[in-house]
Amino acid sequence: MKHYTATYWAFFKTSLLEQFQYRVAMAIWMIGRILEPIIYLTVWTTVAHARGGSVGSYSPADFAAYYIVLMLVNQFTFSWIMHTYDFRIRQGELSNFLLKPIHPIHADIAENIAYKVMTAVIIFPTAILLYFLFEPNLAFHIQTFAVFLLALGIAFLMRFFIEWTLALVAFWTTRNEAINQMYFTLGLFLSGRIAPIDLLPGAIQTLADALPFRWAIAFPVELMLGRLSQEQILNGFTMQAVWLLAGFLLIQLTWRSGVKKYSAVGS
Amino acid sequence: MYYLKLIWTFFRIGILNEMAYRVNFYVQLLQSLLNLGTAIAGLAIVFSHTDTLGGWQAVDILALLGVFMFVGGVIGMVINPSMSQLMDDVLRGLFDYTLTKPCDAQFLASISQIRIWRLTDILLGAGVLIAALIYRGLDIGPREALAFAFVLCTGGSIIYSFWLMLATLTFWFLRIENILHIFQSMYEAGRWPIGIYPHWLRYILTFLVPVAFAITVPAEALSGRLTPESMVTSSLLCAILIAFSRWFWKRGLKNYSGASA
Repeated sequence: MKHYTATYWAFFKTSLLEQFQYRVAMAIWMIGRILEPIIYLTVWTTVAHARGGSVGSYSPADFAAYYIVLMLVNQFTFSWIMHTYDFRIRQGELSNFLLKPIHPIHADIAENIAYKVMTAVIIFPTAILLYFLFEPNLAFHIQTFAVFLLALGIAFLMRFFIEWTLALVAFWTTRNEAINQMYFTLGLFLSGRIAPIDLLPGAIQTLADALPFRWAIAFPVELMLGRLSQEQILNGFTMQAVWLLAGFLLIQLTWRSGVKKYSAVGS
Repeated sequence: MYYLKLIWTFFRIGILNEMAYRVNFYVQLLQSLLNLGTAIAGLAIVFSHTDTLGGWQAVDILALLGVFMFVGGVIGMVINPSMSQLMDDVLRGLFDYTLTKPCDAQFLASISQIRIWRLTDILLGAGVLIAALIYRGLDIGPREALAFAFVLCTGGSIIYSFWLMLATLTFWFLRIENILHIFQSMYEAGRWPIGIYPHWLRYILTFLVPVAFAITVPAEALSGRLTPESMVTSSLLCAILIAFSRWFWKRGLKNYSGASA
C-alpha cells in the first residue's frame, strides 16, 4: 500500500508539472465541456417558460441546479484516454509503460487526477459565476454532500475502467473513432446530458437503467440535488458497484489478450 | 477564371489524396449520420415537451439544423484544414513555398487543404434543409430564397474572415493551433437559435465568435423572420471583416521571417 502511495505521488507530481506547460491549451479545451451544459440549460429553461413554468418536476431554477452540478460531475469523471490510446499503440509509446513494474492504468489515473486538480481553478470559479447568472435552486446539506462525494468517487473509477477498456480496442483496430463516437452519442442521451433522465421517453429510460452512463453522471447529480428517495439511492449505489466490478473484470480480460497482440510498432 | 481553375485543381488533389483511403469515406459517412441522428433525436426529445422553442417551430429548427450541418461541413472541408495547414507551415518554415508562387498567398493558403469526405456533411445538411422546406409545403418565395442565399454568403464570409484572423495570429505567436478549437467549441451553440440564449452568451456568439450570422440569420431568412436590421448588420460586418482580415493578413505577412531560411 505504501508502495502504491509513493508511486501515485510520483506520477501525480510529474503529470502536474507536465500539464502545467499546457495550461492555456487546457483552458481552451474546457470551453466545450462548460458550454454544453449551458446550452441545454438554456434550451430547457426556454421550454419551461413556454409551458408556463416547469417541465416535469423541473422549474428553471431546478434545471439551473441540475446542469451546474452536471457540469462539475462530468468534469471530474471524464477521461480522454479513448482518444489517446490508439496513438500510444501506433507510435509504440506503450513500450515505455510496459517496461515499468506496475500496471499502466495507475499512471493514467494519476495523470487524470492531476489534470482535475489543475483545472479545478477554472471549473469552480465558472460554477460560482453560473450560480449567480442562473440562480439555481440548490440547497447544501453536509450529509447529502458526503454521500454525493462517495458516488462521485465511484463514478470516476467506474467511468475510468470502462473507458480504459474501450481504449484498448485500439490493440485490434486502428480506427476507433467510430466506436468512440458511438460511446459518446449514447452517453449524451443516457447519462442525462441532453435532458434529465425523467424527461426522456420511457424506452430510453429503461435502456439508461441497464447501461453504465446514467450511474456515472445522472445518479450523482440527482443525489446532490436531493431528488432521490432512499431506495433509489441504494439502487444507484448497487448499479455503480455492479458496473465498477464489470469494468474491473473487463480490464483484466482485454489487457491480457491485448498486450499479447501488441507488436511495438515503431520501436 | 484563373482562380476558379486553381480551386478546381486543389479540389482534384483533395480527391486524389483521399481516394487512397476509401475506408475513411465510410467512417466519415457513419459519423455524419450519427451526428444527424443525434441532433434529430435531441430535437424530438425537446419537442416532445413543447410546440415552440423561443418562437421557432420544430420544422424551423430542423431547417436551422440543416444550415448548421451545411456550414459546419464547409468549415470542416476547406477552412479548418487549410488554416491548420497554414499554422503548421508557418511554424516549420514551409510557408516560403506558398509565398514564392505567382498567386495571392492569402488565396492559396485558404484553399490549400480540401477534405472532400466532409462533403457528406454538406450534402446531408442541404438534404435536411430541403426536407424541412418540403415538409413546410415549399412556402418560400423567390424573395426569401434570395435573402437566404445572400445572408448565407455574408455569414459564410464573416466566418471565413474571422477564422483567417485567428490563423494570422500565427505570424506573431507560433504555437496557437489550439485557438482554432475555441471556435469549434463555440460553434456547437449554433445548433439552437441564438435568440434563446442569455444576453451575454448571445453577445459572444454574435460579435466575438460570429456563429449567429452564419447559422441563425440564414435560417431566419427561410422562416420569414429576417429583419432588415440583421440583413444590414450582416452585410456591414461582412464588408468590415473582409477588409480588416485582409489588412491584418498583410501585417502578419510582414512579420513572417521564414523559420527554415
